[in-house]
Amino acid sequence: MRALLIAATLFLGLPALAETVVAGLSRDAINITANFEGSEILIFGAVSRDAPAPDGDLEVIITVEGPSLPVAVRRKDRRFGIWVNTDVVEVDAAPSFYAVATTSAFDEVITQTEDLRHQVSIPNAIRAVGIGVEDGESFTSALIRIRERGDLYQTIEGGVTLRNETLFDTSIQLPANLVEGDYRTRIFLTRGGNVIDVYEQDIAVRKVGLERFIYNLAHDRPLVYGILSLVIAIAAGWLASAVFRYIRT
Amino acid sequence: MQIYLPIAEVSVNAFLLLGLGGLVGILSGMFGVGGGFLMTPLLFFIGIPPAVAVATEANQIVASSFSGVLAHFKRKTVDLKMGGVLLIGGLVGAAIGVQVFAALTAIGQVDLLVRLCYVVFLGIIGGLMFIESLNAIRRARSAGGVVPPKRRQRGWIDALPFKMRFRTSGLYISVIPPLIVGLFVGVLAAIMGVGGGFIMVPAMIYLLGMPTKVVVGTSLFQIIFVTGFATLMHATTNFTVDMVLAVLLLVGGVVGAQIGARIGTRLKAEQLRILLAIMVLAVCGKLAFDLLVMPSELYSLGAGAGH
Repeated sequence: MRALLIAATLFLGLPALAETVVAGLSRDAINITANFEGSEILIFGAVSRDAPAPDGDLEVIITVEGPSLPVAVRRKDRRFGIWVNTDVVEVDAAPSFYAVATTSAFDEVITQTEDLRHQVSIPNAIRAVGIGVEDGESFTSALIRIRERGDLYQTIEGGVTLRNETLFDTSIQLPANLVEGDYRTRIFLTRGGNVIDVYEQDIAVRKVGLERFIYNLAHDRPLVYGILSLVIAIAAGWLASAVFRYIRT
Repeated sequence: MQIYLPIAEVSVNAFLLLGLGGLVGILSGMFGVGGGFLMTPLLFFIGIPPAVAVATEANQIVASSFSGVLAHFKRKTVDLKMGGVLLIGGLVGAAIGVQVFAALTAIGQVDLLVRLCYVVFLGIIGGLMFIESLNAIRRARSAGGVVPPKRRQRGWIDALPFKMRFRTSGLYISVIPPLIVGLFVGVLAAIMGVGGGFIMVPAMIYLLGMPTKVVVGTSLFQIIFVTGFATLMHATTNFTVDMVLAVLLLVGGVVGAQIGARIGTRLKAEQLRILLAIMVLAVCGKLAFDLLVMPSELYSLGAGAGH
């Protein structure tokens, strides 16, 4: 028995080997079509173990992260009686979408050090270094607040269901105004707040069909696209005029 | 029915866009304004990124103006010669305006400037038109329904050289004032992201002394070219023209413009002017209100330049 305990402690010393994630996604690609109304992805998996489960609560954190882009956060202030943009903070990279789902309250599932290292929570997922303004934090929290209101940033505490310390699953709702790109999905396994395994997979979010065609045309042949837009406009204007003339006579 | 816009990268209700297009189209046909000064802020409001809204709106104005101008061609209320002179000024002005816009973007206060432009110009024009048309209506009442044709005052404008005869407008004036009006409107149009009809129409009536009936068609005629030019510029430099958004708006817009043109012919010139004045003042009031009252969200997000 004692030997077993020693073996277990030794295993804890090499945590990555002790418990690993085996996971799957309900879909690894999302197609943005003309009538795209958002999408739900199911993320599920199991914890595979070489040895009996060690002590400490096993927790699962699942994040889905859209492509990161620089964002300018502006603040209005009253100048000469009118509200104008005065201060601006350039956030180097903020994910266009970020959802984090956990098995229980956030500060219970991961330690601050681990959060910093793996950039799990929303504030840590935003990269804003060298902010020149005094209260730079109010700008990043405004960014988070505005995006949370649009469901672009989501924190779903208790959103992951974990059964028998083995099977887990969650669903993440992607809103309709998605930016194209690879959405990085990460699954963290933590015990006592320490990350013991990470699993990563990308979900490709792509425009398809007519959306793809229009987007490509606009970027590859802008002059043709511009002229085509004008032709459509003129044709529609003429058509409406002709139809109305026909109705009148 | 939700529709995902490929360039704007947002999902919006298709019927909402058709309705907005129709409503603005009616106003466009009635008053000879492109309707951009109404539509562009409305598009911001429903969550279209500003750059896409401005560029796509230019494209939509081409359609509604073309539809409207055809109705005016039928009635021979387009002064092609005057339109051509205004257009020369307008294209030069638009080219200058694009440069001014780029310079202001670099300073970072373009948003405020556009808003102030709107408030100042809408306020002045709306106010002047409102007072003028109110007086005209009052005069018409006291004179027993007949407005005495007012002789245009001979002033410094008539003293300018390069005179030209504009038969449709019944004018014999120098080409310098229309060129300057065209240029000025072109600059403002490029900065404010509109066709400029709401400035052009009063300028033609009050500065050039053109008859109201001809003004609408002529304004539409030159707006087609100025906004067409702007569409091409936006499409080739910023890639911000959203074809799907434009089609939805213009389907509603062209139908609305036809209806509007019919309504316009049934109204008296003074009534038409006072309605336009009220509308312009309303938009001005809303924008001024937004500038003066503390916004509920002090922060706003924009595309970052990156480092």
